Amino acid sequence: MSNIIEVTNITKSFKDGDRVTEVLKGVSFSVPKGQFVAIMGRSGAGKSTFLYQLGLLDHPTSGELMLDGVDILKLKSEERTRFRLERLGYVFQDYALLPDLTAIENVVLPLLMQNVPDDIAYEKSKQALMRVGLEKRMYSLSNKLSGGEQQRVSIARSIAHDPKILFADEPTANLDSESSENVISIFKELHKQGQTIVMVTHEADYGKITDRTVLLADGVIIEDTINAHS
Amino acid sequence: MNRIDIKVGTFLALRQVRHASFLTTALIISVMTLTFLNLVVVNGILVGLVKTNANNKFYSGDVIVSPLREKSFIERSADIVRMAEAQNGVVAVSARYIESGRLEANYKTRLRQTDLINDAGGQIVGINPDDEDMVTQLSSKIIEGSYLEEGDYDQILVGSDLLFKYAQIDSPGVKTLRDTEAGSKVRLVIGDIEREVTIKGVVKAKVGEVDSRIFMIDNQLRSLINRFDYNVDEISIRLEPGADASVVKQALIDAGFDKKAKVLLADEAKPKFLQDVEKTFGLMGNLIGSIGLVVASITIFIVIFVNALTRRKFIGILKGIGISSRAIEFSYVIQSLFYAGCGTLIGLFVVYGILKPYIDVNPINFPFSDGILFVPISGTMLRVLTLMITTIIAGYLPAKLIVRQNTLNAILGR
Repeated sequence: MSNIIEVTNITKSFKDGDRVTEVLKGVSFSVPKGQFVAIMGRSGAGKSTFLYQLGLLDHPTSGELMLDGVDILKLKSEERTRFRLERLGYVFQDYALLPDLTAIENVVLPLLMQNVPDDIAYEKSKQALMRVGLEKRMYSLSNKLSGGEQQRVSIARSIAHDPKILFADEPTANLDSESSENVISIFKELHKQGQTIVMVTHEADYGKITDRTVLLADGVIIEDTINAHS
Repeated sequence: MNRIDIKVGTFLALRQVRHASFLTTALIISVMTLTFLNLVVVNGILVGLVKTNANNKFYSGDVIVSPLREKSFIERSADIVRMAEAQNGVVAVSARYIESGRLEANYKTRLRQTDLINDAGGQIVGINPDDEDMVTQLSSKIIEGSYLEEGDYDQILVGSDLLFKYAQIDSPGVKTLRDTEAGSKVRLVIGDIEREVTIKGVVKAKVGEVDSRIFMIDNQLRSLINRFDYNVDEISIRLEPGADASVVKQALIDAGFDKKAKVLLADEAKPKFLQDVEKTFGLMGNLIGSIGLVVASITIFIVIFVNALTRRKFIGILKGIGISSRAIEFSYVIQSLFYAGCGTLIGLFVVYGILKPYIDVNPINFPFSDGILFVPISGTMLRVLTLMITTIIAGYLPAKLIVRQNTLNAILGR
């Protein structure tokens, strides 16, 4: 199986005056296509920072990053934005929806940016919302939805354009147990359909549903386990 | 910027405006309306101070004929009047006899020759009251007493600048009559001729030529000064609204009357100092307008900057999900154009729907003129265009400043 994510010796440092804090200390990591990976670790281990580098929301200090065969660090800013738009999906911990838009408008926006014709874009958005069970709340403003519903809209937005890789940053952290189960079942379903997923989570139980668990501590991978059920 | 940026930017802007707080939107639009009014009305009032057209309305008419420099009267006056009256669009013609003279107020109470004379000098103008009123609406400018009627012998109208009551000037060069009002008897002196007359009314048109004159019935002045021909000293011609005064002027010139008199349009007859004042006020208006424009740009900049700053997280999210910076910036330009457009539309309604019609009917009572609101459509449209261009720049810059910030920092609010 070919690797859709190839990370080689990535570091990430933050400067605060003269003080330099190294959050990622040379992480190497690869993910084959279709794998569901859980990245775990304590708070401050660097897992969210790691996901930001993979999801192209941030730029590593050094190292190499190949996504879907593209050397990301050689891309210009606008090209990275385009790459993120077309090939990646990102589910944020706090949903990151736009409050002025309805559920379907939140989902359709990235498709319109990809120049998908309006009718097709709206049809794809409807299908994505149906996949997450929100067909009845499509036209509600996103800030009128419950936390669980908002997270499902966020997932619908991230999958509507059939991304190559789906990143999720603690997608159930702000949800009650019922909503969390809903969200996880959506991820399971997506995984079944062959979606590559990289999910940062605190929940040890989610190790049971993912193919692989990567444990980060102090900016380095200390454990990388292929789960038994996969 | 490509078609998709524009499409997505518009998509975002429309939804942001639609779901924005009503109060916030109303506040921003109010600021824009006031900015527009500042830009147009302040300039309009300032220029309107001197663009009152009062000279035309109350003195010169649309065309004025006056003696050549070397002549003391207009030759063939009667022919000129007849020809003027025959022209298309001419409503009325007023022919005026003019002589220098003075009024004395205390001629009865002055006991010794050394006592100070209470007098004031001015031009004595003989008019046909009906013709004059049709040309200059002089009767509407009576502020005390009443207007002249045909047959009002030994009665005069006095310009307000000749009465101390209305022009508190006390200098040896400019004398005004004290303790004199409508109903007072005064002595009219023209050269060696003296005659006791009654002040029937006081005129105040806020036009120097009118307010410093003494009006009486033309027949009486003619007999007083022993003028036996019908040659007059000034002819004012009033046209129907919209009629072309230059056509009438040209007709008089073509008939050769320019050899007998100066034939001028109202604007040409304006005193040089008045033209200079107009230019000066116009410049001041433009200067104030430019300052208004700078204030407008700063206002729009602040409004959009605050708006973008409060939405920094959402801008980060937009970038995070792959929306291009250009689309996001364009959405803010559209929003600023929306606010400025609404403010401008309301401002246009206030200016042309309320202020202008109101001030046209009730001019602003400035000491030296009845100010109008001078807001020609062309000038206003130029200001609207300038405001819109300024808006685009002032809306784009703050959005650009916010959009260029680090995406992750914006999303995480750091």
